[in-house]
Amino acid sequence: MSEDQILDEVTQSEYKYGFVTDIESDKAPNGINEDIIRMISSKKNEPQWMTEWRLDAYHKWLEMDEPDWANVNYTKPDFQAISYYSAPKKKKELESLDQVDPELLKTFEKLGINIEEQKRLSGVAMDVVVDSVSVATTFKDKLKELGIIFCSMSDAIQEYPELVKKYIGTVVPKSDNFYAALNSAVFTDGSFAYIPKGVKCPVELSTYFRINEAGTGQFERTLVIADEDSYVSYLEGCTAPQRDENQLHAAVVELIALDRSEIKYSTVQNWFPGDAEGKGGVFNFVTKRGIVENDAKISWTQVETGSAVTWKYPSCILKGDNSIGEFYSVAVTNNYQQADTGTKMIHLGRNSKSTIISKGISAGKSHNSYRGLVKIGSRARNARNFSQCDSLLMGDQCGAHTFPYIEIGNQSAKVEHEATTSKIGEDQIFYCNQRGIGVEEAIALIVNGYCKDVLNKLPMEFAVEAQKLLAISLEGSVG
Amino acid sequence: MLKVNNIHAGIEGNEILKGIDLEVKPGEVHAIMGPNGSGKSTLSSVIAGREDYEVSQGSMEFLGKDLMDLDPSERAQLGIFLSFQYPIEIPGVSVSNFIKTSINEIRKSKGQDPMEAKDMLKMMREKMALLEMDKGFLSRSLNQGFSGGEKKRNEIFQMAMLEPKLAILDETDSGLDIDALRIVANGVNKLKSKDNAVVVITHYQRLLDHIVPDFVHVLYKGKIVKSGDKSLALELEEKGYDWIKNDLQTV
Repeated sequence: MSEDQILDEVTQSEYKYGFVTDIESDKAPNGINEDIIRMISSKKNEPQWMTEWRLDAYHKWLEMDEPDWANVNYTKPDFQAISYYSAPKKKKELESLDQVDPELLKTFEKLGINIEEQKRLSGVAMDVVVDSVSVATTFKDKLKELGIIFCSMSDAIQEYPELVKKYIGTVVPKSDNFYAALNSAVFTDGSFAYIPKGVKCPVELSTYFRINEAGTGQFERTLVIADEDSYVSYLEGCTAPQRDENQLHAAVVELIALDRSEIKYSTVQNWFPGDAEGKGGVFNFVTKRGIVENDAKISWTQVETGSAVTWKYPSCILKGDNSIGEFYSVAVTNNYQQADTGTKMIHLGRNSKSTIISKGISAGKSHNSYRGLVKIGSRARNARNFSQCDSLLMGDQCGAHTFPYIEIGNQSAKVEHEATTSKIGEDQIFYCNQRGIGVEEAIALIVNGYCKDVLNKLPMEFAVEAQKLLAISLEGSVG
Repeated sequence: MLKVNNIHAGIEGNEILKGIDLEVKPGEVHAIMGPNGSGKSTLSSVIAGREDYEVSQGSMEFLGKDLMDLDPSERAQLGIFLSFQYPIEIPGVSVSNFIKTSINEIRKSKGQDPMEAKDMLKMMREKMALLEMDKGFLSRSLNQGFSGGEKKRNEIFQMAMLEPKLAILDETDSGLDIDALRIVANGVNKLKSKDNAVVVITHYQRLLDHIVPDFVHVLYKGKIVKSGDKSLALELEEKGYDWIKNDLQTV
């Protein structure tokens, strides 16, 4: 074996989670039309208003065009070639994890997600979403004692229709954008959380998303409501199996932080990015937005390492006075990955404050763009924003782009923007080498240092996972 | 311990070292002196294995192993330590995290388990005391915003933690005031033993007042043109490098 071959073998780590679980699925025929939407709605036993809401979204979607302003290139999905519903066939109603399909449990094991361990060790309640239908919800009863609702979106529509009806689509309207409209029409499941007044949620609410059935698009819908004076930390982590055809993912996440409440929303995203030639991989077109009332706070933290194409802008509408919005992001692209990600901070309330820390890392032939908007409304006296957008380049074939937009409608606003672009220097790698640290470990160390400000914002166990992910994502990208 | 035989090396086709021979045995202190551009730093980089430099001729052996077969991290794992003339900044990586990673990677290469956190902390405290360093140092980003003196002291701190077999100090004295120089030199002296060796690269005699060499080599235009004991350094200090240059010209 030549040195190059050995090097390749050692450094090119294939996507480790590439496998398909063989579960018998109840699957809708390909394509989208009114009948399919009615079918999804009736399969889920939804009330009439929900069905109509979906159909309304579908009609709005039909009149919209797929956006093309993002700095990404891809073959547009054929929306008639996608199956919009797929549910693992359940043998009976599940009451405990023991009743979960053993095939599914095996899948989780391969991913290193042992639900029992997760439950026991970390005190995290899990709402596991596999292919659109929640199969295991834990800690539900315990949370219920505090009045906290944490369940699948389908269950929420059945059991808490008044809450869902009141809030769904209030932050991300059906007609917000092409993908949000599509999601509104065909979303199959997702998570729902409600924290009552004055309650501090004692555990981190966590959902592991997973795309399982080949060819199934996934349209998750998440709604988190923090009532007055409450607090919740919500974790979202993703991983998908390897395959050749592109998979579309168009999720919508809506957060509602009522007066004096706080929502901390953390994401580690590791969907199949395509192989080293750029083949396959998940298309991730996500709309995430929160509305922040008086003295409330929403904090988005994300570590994005996966997907072939990412289009994602977790945003805050700082509606209330003294409201706070934060966005901490690490976005890694390698090989042929493309990411166009950032945030929007819309300041409407007086003394509203926002902080944006974005760390982009580009390697291989990838393109990584930061796109951010800071908008200060005319009523937002003394609004403050601080933005820092850093780009780190590895190698000389990748690209980093920054598109900051600032719109100021009130003269008392103070907006600061800082940006840097740097490269991992051979000097830095040699320095590490000289201390006995190999090239791969050196890159992991340097990158984790670069991302420290963001990783520090993640809950402990997530931060550890994120650090490992960063290292895996960048293996073989230098030298 | 280290045997350098007739090394020719350069960068981008430019030959800088033109046949260097050097043998360092355990317990010895060697000083390499020479004017700017004579190849001192190139020599240290070549021994450490920096890839920018191409070795066109000669051989190097360390503890019986051919260095040419080893990449820089493997050389470090074997016990070669280079104190950098210009230490590199790594933002967001704390001094303690860097040293921890370094120690544990070296241990891993020897099939050992990572060092216990409490043992490492204890060792860090001891070595920091030796170098009269402030505790706050550990949590600072590596070399970022460090003064010239702090950077050099940090290099010697790393050396103290890693306990290398061979330490090459590349102009460790530059940027140090007299007090810091004394502290750093003291640190180096306390770490010296009959089993390890030190190569000091410097322009000036003043560091050699504190770290007393057994051998002094004068490097000029890529060759060792004169070797002697510590008196050679004093003679150089007195007569200047022109003395060497003139000497060579008359020969």
